[in-house]
Amino acid sequence: MTVDEVVAELSDGMTLGIGGWGSRRKPMALVRAILRSPLKDLTVVSYGGPDVGLLASAGKIRRLVFGFVTLDSVPFDPWFNRARESGSIEVTEYDEGVLGTGLSAAAQRLPFLPTRAGLGSDVMRFNPALKTIRSPYEDGEELLAVPALKLDAALIHLNRADARGNAQYLGPDPYFDELYALAAQRCYVSVERIVDTAELTGTAPVQTLLLNRANVHGVVETPHGAHFTTAVPDYGRDERFQRHYAAAAKDPGAWPGFVDRFLSGDETAYQREVARFAEEVA
Amino acid sequence: MSRADIAVVACAELFRGDGEILISPMGFIPALGARLARLTFEPDLLLSDGEAYLLQSPLGPPVIEGWQPFRKVLDTVVPHGKRHVVMGANQIDRHGNQNISAIGDHERPAKQLLGVRGGPGNTANHRTSYWVPRHSKRVFVEHVDVVSGVGFARAREAGLRYHDVHRVVTNLGVLDFGGPDHAARLVSVHPGVSVAEVAAATSFPLDTSEVGESRKPTDEELDLIALLDPKSWRDKEVPE
Repeated sequence: MTVDEVVAELSDGMTLGIGGWGSRRKPMALVRAILRSPLKDLTVVSYGGPDVGLLASAGKIRRLVFGFVTLDSVPFDPWFNRARESGSIEVTEYDEGVLGTGLSAAAQRLPFLPTRAGLGSDVMRFNPALKTIRSPYEDGEELLAVPALKLDAALIHLNRADARGNAQYLGPDPYFDELYALAAQRCYVSVERIVDTAELTGTAPVQTLLLNRANVHGVVETPHGAHFTTAVPDYGRDERFQRHYAAAAKDPGAWPGFVDRFLSGDETAYQREVARFAEEVA
Repeated sequence: MSRADIAVVACAELFRGDGEILISPMGFIPALGARLARLTFEPDLLLSDGEAYLLQSPLGPPVIEGWQPFRKVLDTVVPHGKRHVVMGANQIDRHGNQNISAIGDHERPAKQLLGVRGGPGNTANHRTSYWVPRHSKRVFVEHVDVVSGVGFARAREAGLRYHDVHRVVTNLGVLDFGGPDHAARLVSVHPGVSVAEVAAATSFPLDTSEVGESRKPTDEELDLIALLDPKSWRDKEVPE
């Protein structure tokens, strides 16, 4: 598939899970394809990074389900902050563990899973629909029943996959990507390279095979598709570009120029401009 | 010896007695403190590289001794409880509630911050301390705007049996909530700081009945701090 073919399978109002963590291994090529599409009114579930900022910049998000949004080496994403401070998006704010518990419940087809995280905090005040449940055993502990966080679709970026969707991470952290895949009706994976099946375990241990083809509905080869976030060991975060993004996102006068240069064309045009940018600042 | 060195040692002291548990320090000074404690009086502490690896020693070439990706932290390490986290805080109130989520009305914040992150889960599950590099009335408020990390009164109401908010280290001193009915208490002031100075930078009353002076680093500790932070970045986080 191509990134645009993936986005063509999504529809307005969907609940979309986005893998990765902060500014790490985000399916940015797919996010950029959404920016080019007419898709709107999305509920986005994310351990948020620039995926959230960029989608907010284009008015794609109706509701965000999140525990944080950060660019890691830059604390705040200016577009997310602007969206919140102008009241232009609705939010479901969870503790980061609660978010994972909700995805686990959906992945296991359970209505909820219990946890202690969230109790006593304003996660309860912001989300009055959350209910607690008492342990039926003699301890009688009152726990938060985190409702299943079901996704219509999940977008994930990994390092390698074969053409049928057996997909592999080669960095040190799988993040929550497996849960996103299993919590979703449909899961789309972009990868740095599509390889022969035999090559997956020819060069890395079998434990790196995070997703199998039964849980993956579409694979796209997008070299540098996580740019400007990390996709180690293929590449680290492009810190200079991230700073450039954050500065442009902060400055309403500079943003149209950033969009013109980097986001108005297709993925090939984006990667070409990024290469030029790298030469300019070198 | 700088104020930052004192703060590093005060952070190291947070971990005294912790033994063989994971330390997750957010911020440069708490991270230095954790590494200092690991190299001196708490040799069994587990320390991560901030990503997915546990590292054998804070000094020398990195040797991986463990694998701890984010999902493992949230699924098992946090609920299992063998962890002491030091979080930052944009606001802390007299009950020990902490806010890193947003300033103002949550519906439409005056200033969006990170989000509650792991604050609710950390404070529900294991020992939690806080680090405040600039002690001021803007940080130490009567009521936080958003409760991320749960304080004592709310923890009791919610029945959080593993709630354990330990201490708050700042650029001026060390606080805890060990007064009567978990009242906020000034434990120590850093050398050169007066009790009145801390009180004036705090919006709620502090129990100052037994204030000590924060411990000065030993010569060995000063050498280690210099080795861990040769470019003195610590002095940028806590200026004199």
